Amino acid sequence: MSLHTETPPDERAPRRTDRSRWNWLLLLPLVVTLYPPLYNRREPDLGGIPFFYWYQLAIISVGVLCTYVVYRKTRR
Amino acid sequence: MDDIKGVQLAVFTVLFVGVSVLGFLASRWRRPKDLHSLDEWGLGGRSFGGWVTWFLIGGDLYTAYTFIAVPALIFGAGAVGFFAMPYTIVVYPIVFVVLARLWSVSHRNGFVTPADFVRARSGSPTLALLVAITGIVATMPYIALQLIGIEAVLKAMGVTGHSPIIVAFAILAAYTYNSGLRAPALIAVVKDALIYVVVIAAVIVIPIKLGGFGEIFAAADKKFAASPNPGDGLLLGGASQLQYATLAFGSALALFLYPHSLTGVLASKSRDTIKRNMAALPAYSFVLGLLALLGYMAIASGVKPLVDADGKPDVNTIVPLLFDQQFPPWFAGVAFAAIGIGALVPAAVMSIAAANLWTRNIYSEYLNKDATPKQEARSSKLASLVVKLGALGAILVLDPQFSIDLQLIGGVLILQTLPAVAIGLYTRWFHSKALIAGWCAGMAFGLWSLYEVPKKVFGVDGSITVVKEHFGGSAFPLSKLGFETTTTLYAGMLAILVNLIVCVIGTLLLRGRVADGIDTTDPDDFTAEAGDPEVTQLPELVH
Repeated sequence: MSLHTETPPDERAPRRTDRSRWNWLLLLPLVVTLYPPLYNRREPDLGGIPFFYWYQLAIISVGVLCTYVVYRKTRR
Repeated sequence: MDDIKGVQLAVFTVLFVGVSVLGFLASRWRRPKDLHSLDEWGLGGRSFGGWVTWFLIGGDLYTAYTFIAVPALIFGAGAVGFFAMPYTIVVYPIVFVVLARLWSVSHRNGFVTPADFVRARSGSPTLALLVAITGIVATMPYIALQLIGIEAVLKAMGVTGHSPIIVAFAILAAYTYNSGLRAPALIAVVKDALIYVVVIAAVIVIPIKLGGFGEIFAAADKKFAASPNPGDGLLLGGASQLQYATLAFGSALALFLYPHSLTGVLASKSRDTIKRNMAALPAYSFVLGLLALLGYMAIASGVKPLVDADGKPDVNTIVPLLFDQQFPPWFAGVAFAAIGIGALVPAAVMSIAAANLWTRNIYSEYLNKDATPKQEARSSKLASLVVKLGALGAILVLDPQFSIDLQLIGGVLILQTLPAVAIGLYTRWFHSKALIAGWCAGMAFGLWSLYEVPKKVFGVDGSITVVKEHFGGSAFPLSKLGFETTTTLYAGMLAILVNLIVCVIGTLLLRGRVADGIDTTDPDDFTAEAGDPEVTQLPELVH
């Protein structure tokens, strides 16, 4: 056994980590909102509201869902 | 001008005075031992739980100006104005991962401002100073815009002249000075209750009166078809899709770099509170999306913007005018109060954030190195007054258009702190001097590109008139860089790209040759949670 078993402080890995595979799920709302060709059209409309508008309102729930799932899964 | 509308004004005044009283009483809320430290005055004792944080951050990010300007943009140009939707959808997943780390490192080290973090992380007081100045400069016009929001409401009630705005701001200044962050936190609850009631009523009542959403969109379609502007319409034109996406993404990145967003985040009591809130905050985005559609309802109901004394129409008045046309007078008064009070919350938080930057990163760093917590609190309180006075002056003396231009520039400027603040939360790879060089390059490019954007007006005869040579918007035409295309891009995105490239090249050149600053943070700091045994309150550690 070596006398110097202690790692120097700056090379020590954090005891906790916020890395998680679940974090990748957060990319989903970004992709589906930041690519306008996905939704830049009128049909199908919803009660007279063109697709462009109700799609983006509906996508809010995807953002909420992804964020919530990641929150639950990475909670310690 | 029109006659003053008595009922609306009475309801507005009663609610406005009510929340002002609440603002003064807020100093007793959660009874701090005393308000004489920045942790108490400037961050509400770092004690806000889930609900208060939700109201505070929501009240802070969705400002009165947003509520006025987004529908106005939709009214004028259609789909491009809806960028506020993707913008406020993507901001939360980003903030979820980034700001949780900032909360932890700030909690462990007692940071009050983003520049405090940069100071410790990069070991460079110069970089911290640049971040602080950027924050103050970007925030000032944002406060001024809140005044434009109040002004639009007052105009719709037939109240003109500057004296009501001065009174409103004097009250705001007084209770912010007195109660600090507790005041906007408490008022935000009232503001949101009013906003939700008004918006829900508006999206149910107005479409019924106008014959349904089909009729509303048909009216808007007809307006845009008749308009000679090729950039408007119910859908995005081919050339504006990239602009739409980059503006949304760039604005989202800028939003959480603004010092006032960080103030709300740092005031919450735990890392968990922040993360949980990021799933709950999009409720506001839904309201904002519905509000945006009011722009189309204004078209369908034939609202004409009020014309100013100088003959220019003020498109910011369309939402108040729509409310006035469609609601009974007393409820229009409630709606006006919601917008007016909606201006007070962000204006208060912004002035507190700017004041904290001044105190922590200029006053205590350069002017009074041994400042006590009491002196810091006093410096911040005074600075919050100065900041508000400056914003008021900007509205009274300068053309309001100047504030709108400045706010546009402000978004591009604040984005240039991304490498030092947000990327700094993940890696210490960048050399501190390269970060400074990147900041300079990004600033220079950002200002140049905004300067190069003209504002055009399209005549019915197909003519194009340039009404403003410079700072006419944030849609930078790629043709200015020599590309043969009509595609435009958010100016801030290009500027941050330039910034990052300089940061990388600079780091590669400087590493091992020029001494870098010393990082005083610990890897553990970035994941710390409240209640961890090793987490201690050390407000003086940065000095």
